[in-house]
Amino acid sequence: MPKETRNPKLEPQPDAAASDFGVRPSFGFRNSTFGFFHRHSRELSVAAALGLLLLFLAVAAPAFYQPQPLLSLLTREAPALVVACGMALVIIGRQIDISVGSQFAACSVCAGLLTAMNWPLALVLPASVALGASMGALNGALVAGLRLPSIVVTLATMVAWREGLRWLRQGQFVNLPDGVQWFGLSQTTGQQTLIIVALVLLVLMAVAMQHIAAGRFVYAVGSDAEAARLAGIRPQRVTFSTFVLLGAFVGLAAMMNVVQSPQVDPNSGAGLELKAIAAVVVGGVAISGGRGSLWGTCVGLLLLACVNPALTHLHVEAYWEKAMQGSVILLAVVADGLRTRKER
Amino acid sequence: MTTALLQLTHVTKSFGAVCALKGVSFDLQAVEVHALVGENGAGKSTLIKVITGAHQPDTGTIEIAGQPVCHLTPAAAHKLGIACIYQQPALFPDLTVAENIALRLEPATAVRRVQWPHRRARAAQLLRRIGASIAPDAVVRGLSMPEQQLVEIACALGASARILIMDEPTSSLTEQEQHRLFAIVRDLRASGAGVIYISHRLEEIFAIADRVTVLRDGESVGTRVVGRSRGDEALTEKSEIRNSKSQIEQSLLTSAATISEAELIKLMVGREVSHLYPPAESAPGDVVLSLKNVGCAASGVKNVTLDVRAGETVGIAGLVGAGRTELARVLFGVTPADTGEILLNGQRVTVRSPAEAVGLGIAYVPEDRRRHGVILEMPIAANMTMASHRRIFPRNWLRFGAERQLALDYLRALDVESNGPDTLVVHLSGGNQQKVALARWLATNPKLLILDEPTQGVDVGAKSEIHKIIRRLAKDGLAVLMMSSDLPEVLGMSDRVAVMRGGTIIAMLAGKSDAHEVMAAAFGQAC
Repeated sequence: MPKETRNPKLEPQPDAAASDFGVRPSFGFRNSTFGFFHRHSRELSVAAALGLLLLFLAVAAPAFYQPQPLLSLLTREAPALVVACGMALVIIGRQIDISVGSQFAACSVCAGLLTAMNWPLALVLPASVALGASMGALNGALVAGLRLPSIVVTLATMVAWREGLRWLRQGQFVNLPDGVQWFGLSQTTGQQTLIIVALVLLVLMAVAMQHIAAGRFVYAVGSDAEAARLAGIRPQRVTFSTFVLLGAFVGLAAMMNVVQSPQVDPNSGAGLELKAIAAVVVGGVAISGGRGSLWGTCVGLLLLACVNPALTHLHVEAYWEKAMQGSVILLAVVADGLRTRKER
Repeated sequence: MTTALLQLTHVTKSFGAVCALKGVSFDLQAVEVHALVGENGAGKSTLIKVITGAHQPDTGTIEIAGQPVCHLTPAAAHKLGIACIYQQPALFPDLTVAENIALRLEPATAVRRVQWPHRRARAAQLLRRIGASIAPDAVVRGLSMPEQQLVEIACALGASARILIMDEPTSSLTEQEQHRLFAIVRDLRASGAGVIYISHRLEEIFAIADRVTVLRDGESVGTRVVGRSRGDEALTEKSEIRNSKSQIEQSLLTSAATISEAELIKLMVGREVSHLYPPAESAPGDVVLSLKNVGCAASGVKNVTLDVRAGETVGIAGLVGAGRTELARVLFGVTPADTGEILLNGQRVTVRSPAEAVGLGIAYVPEDRRRHGVILEMPIAANMTMASHRRIFPRNWLRFGAERQLALDYLRALDVESNGPDTLVVHLSGGNQQKVALARWLATNPKLLILDEPTQGVDVGAKSEIHKIIRRLAKDGLAVLMMSSDLPEVLGMSDRVAVMRGGTIIAMLAGKSDAHEVMAAAFGQAC
């Protein structure tokens, strides 16, 4: 392609250059390492908190670092990471989706039933993703098309999917045939596969958000939808797409969860929305949209995931787990609020 | 001479570095309609806000009925009998008329028994007094704009306001409704109130006002008695009003002479058009944009016919609410046109969304720069490429090197003061933000550039730099359409000036025309 990045109309005119359009010195040194730290300070402070926690665990509870429990921990969090990636997208675009837990349950049961009907996994996976995407599309159409507030729309679909599923299945578990668990691999290999899938998705999405125009549009729409529209972006389309993508990720996450056990619980995914939103917020994404990154989300998820085992290893009563998680979330939100106020 | 109802002495008010009022003195007598006129930004609304207690003056004194008042707040102003009716009625749309009136008039105690029959009876009585046939139980959302205005007047009446401020009350009224409003205003005056009447329509001022004060650039440039040249005497007025009015006139006539329309316009425009504008260098080329009877019912633009040629700068002048921004938004597809034809380079086009407009080579630098022109939380480079990703990154992969280079080129070409392309736009000054907004659109390589208030809130130095940039763009063959409230700017920068009023273009003037001519057209006076 021809290198058409310069507007020929605006090349400094030879006569004008001397007088009116002379180069003004710009202070380039500010964009070096300092700039990196400054721009990613939110993510870095969460990462520092995680580092401190891990360090503390290394000293106080070295048992935390035994390979098998650690692998199990990461495997448990892998589906949540996939959902959190999608959730980060939606929240950066200044929307929210609290129906992901119900979507997750619906996709899980659907995947379970299809495998019980002896569908090959290679077909069950796309089916689950497609179901998730279409549920996301419904949310997206209501939010973007009819311009309804996303919190209300997804509250309604959250209840609708959950209750619909209860009515349909009467709380029955779905028994899976042999060879589905861990894709028929050994447990360790299966666990590693799931973690790798989640990480690959994270890297792909994080890079896409940085390097693809669509990713930048999500930030623009989250900052100000009207300003984005006046820049020729179609905000409704962007919003719709983020919901569809989140739904598809939920479908994938459900599949990653199904293969971890011999049965599918129709109540799976309860509280997943809170977990995903908490990870996103703790990871430094502004709940008001337009700011944050997927890297931060991943770190936020890990931080929250490490709170429980840390408490267990420190022999703190289990009642305190939720309270601690809540405190971490509150701390993140308060820190962000104080910061934003300072910047103004 | 009796004490004035309201007396402002040497009131100043600045917002940051901008001085909105520079020592304005103003007085309002009982039994008087005192009109306040001036160009956009002359300081009318600031003055009103000082009177209603919304703004505190920096210096100067306010006296109400001879009593000096300091620290006037909206609540205190209300207690002192000051009421204001804004252009847009400020009622609660989901409450009934009676509830709205009660909210203004009843004491603001949260816990007390509401006496519904009394509430309704009072609303009905007030509405009857102004001759409005509105049911007290009607929900405000269902009322028309003039009806809502009548409810506002009823509130003012119920509060037995002695000082009533009306800010362009007729902008949404039909002629008949306007006559009724005038009758109400005259009644109020007869009952001893003073009315401050703000309007952009000169004929109204001659029909209703006793005196007129002209504001220009935050200064009062004169108060004159309004001559009754327009046959207002023919309208029925009770004789006693005329008597009391003529007393005032007599007392005032000694200090000032009556004024004619032409004189009033001259007072408003006053200043010389600055000669600092760079000269036009380009000869207009082919017609780029051609509008034929373009209209949009939703935004009130109607029957706009206009040509803009390559290399030409066409200015759009007009008062606030004349439809300038609305026209820009129609052309850019924000509120798409529903009648007429838009031709771009001779081809008929439909612009249904900003995205389509960008695809067609139309660029729009919007009015509210901080909110719409740039995305403050993003770096300069990302802002500059925001509208032209397809052109700059044909493979849909953002190359930050190319982006930085483009940003650096524009930073240099437009002389933006910054710490480089990665600086967040929020950290730039107003003028530099505007240059970034401009660069975003130049990067799309447009055929037509629409600038809406390109130098609003920009300091003088950056303003002249932006003017030079616009000139150079025109010289390079871009068609420029520039909306501006700044009359000297429109006259100084434009090859031709279209004057808008009521959503349509009512006059097409040469670029070097007289400011008086433009103002006369904008105020709806035959040239």
